[in-house]
Amino acid sequence: MVYKDPVRQALARRTARRNALVGMGSLIGFTLVVVVLVSQTPGWPVVQETFFNREEFVSSLPGLLKAFLLNVKIFLIAEPLILVFSLLIALTRTLRSPIFLPLRVVATIYVDVFRGVPTILVIFLLGFGVPALRLQGVPTDPVFWGTAALVLSYTAYVAEVFRAGIGSVHPSQRMAARSLGLSIWQTNRYVVLPQAVRNVVPPLLNDFISLQKDTALVAVLGPIEVLRQAQIDASSSFNYTPYVAAALIFIALTIPMTRFADWIQGRMSKRQRAGSVA
Amino acid sequence: MTSGTHALLEVSGIWKSFDDHPVLRGLDLHVDQHQAVVLIGASGSGKSTLLRCINGLESVDAGRILLDGNVEVTQPSIDLDKVRRRVGIVFQSYNLFPHMTVLENVMLAPRKVRGTSGGAARDEARALLARFGLEAKADEYPDRLSGGQAQRAAIVRALAMQPELMLFDEITSALDPLLVGEVLDAVRELKLEGLTIVMATHEMGFARDVADRVCFLHEGVVLEQGPPEAIFSSPEKQQTRDFLARVLG
Ligand SMILES: Nc1ncnc2c1ncn2[C@@H]1O[C@H](COP(=O)(O)OP(=O)(O)OP(=O)(O)O)[C@@H](O)[C@H]1O
Ligand SMILES: [Mg+2]
Repeated sequence: MVYKDPVRQALARRTARRNALVGMGSLIGFTLVVVVLVSQTPGWPVVQETFFNREEFVSSLPGLLKAFLLNVKIFLIAEPLILVFSLLIALTRTLRSPIFLPLRVVATIYVDVFRGVPTILVIFLLGFGVPALRLQGVPTDPVFWGTAALVLSYTAYVAEVFRAGIGSVHPSQRMAARSLGLSIWQTNRYVVLPQAVRNVVPPLLNDFISLQKDTALVAVLGPIEVLRQAQIDASSSFNYTPYVAAALIFIALTIPMTRFADWIQGRMSKRQRAGSVA
Repeated sequence: MTSGTHALLEVSGIWKSFDDHPVLRGLDLHVDQHQAVVLIGASGSGKSTLLRCINGLESVDAGRILLDGNVEVTQPSIDLDKVRRRVGIVFQSYNLFPHMTVLENVMLAPRKVRGTSGGAARDEARALLARFGLEAKADEYPDRLSGGQAQRAAIVRALAMQPELMLFDEITSALDPLLVGEVLDAVRELKLEGLTIVMATHEMGFARDVADRVCFLHEGVVLEQGPPEAIFSSPEKQQTRDFLARVLG
């Protein structure tokens, strides 16, 4: 049993309640000030008409949601491929035997190159470049090449995240596993990777969120995903409300992911504080 | 070989350098079956390096390590995983796997390396843990254990592979003085069962008690060795006397 002083507890409860009230009040007050200030600006009626037009919003939303399905599809195909490839590349870069030197060099060059080139450039180069070669049997579908470009670009980033995770596992863990007779592969599979992945869940989720947004970059190749659809709607009605609607759709998906990432991070740091590492 | 003089471990003339700094300089060591050999020596004299070479965690620059008269650990083409199944090692820092429970730590190698079925591995692991007073801790994660419990769990994990030779590298150095006893008792019990043991330690009292032979390492060789009474009461070499005077105060 833990003894808790009732007076102190009551005090703590009162303080917590007061903090919550003050926080709520200041949030509402701040929002009101911003709304009033913005609605007082001379250009506000025009901005409201072109960006926050109720009819435009309602009429464009169904089409945008339908187009957004393509973004979701690109994400769902790209993400697992990125995870698998990046893990393989990160593992390749940890191999120390000289036999693997060529593999290691290739992996290093790949990561250096694709981390250095803006994602949108990779999309341009693959999406317009490869189909222009007119190779037999090579797909010309812009969605295919857009997704491939995202995979190439993100794999380089995520591989670095995994590599950092692998590096964060103390070498004595590897030594202990090897001393029990586990092979290099078993040591990675059962001892190093589970700890490495655990250590990098927060940055990994960050990259997921970033990828969700970057599916919109495929728009430059022409397929009708949500951004492209918003462009079409906006140019036919000379109203920018569809862009705002598209932004809201992204936010509706990324905010839960972001909260989830924060929650995981909080839980893991609490667990780390709870006990020292044995 | 006959059982009386059965050399389980024969280290002959091994050399090992780190970045041109020689740590082992032609070291010899001979350990018979069922013997407990204790390595003493100043910090940096090469005790850990020697133990790591014996189970192939470090490669040697020259010399030979022979296990059981027929397995040559130092041969470049040897399958070290096979050696490590027969030679267990426990480190100063426990090195339990933090993402597994104590039971899972103990079961991992028997299942994945020896191919023991899950149920059998679990039963064996629980029995071993019980023998070392850890049955109540089987389903805990390592960060919930005291240092003494963690180190005993690490010993059990190594024992689960049924090694013929156990290497202990200063396994009590990281422990609260109050917890040293329970870990040393575990080692004493293994010695009574006849396990062959090579142990680096600063616990001179324990060495005197349990060791069949004490080896004093100095500048990368075994400078002097013999039964504990001889080494501790009448060391022949000046360096041994200096070392003992320093550690025994
Ligand atoms: N992996 C390594 N790389 C470079 N130098 C090393 C390495 N391992 C050990 N050494 C060096 O080898 C020497 C012997 O180290 P070792 O750990 O074997 O000594 P020890 O007798 O176990 O000492 P202690 O009592 O402090 O544990 C030390 O000078 C150490 O710095
Ligand atoms: Mg040491």
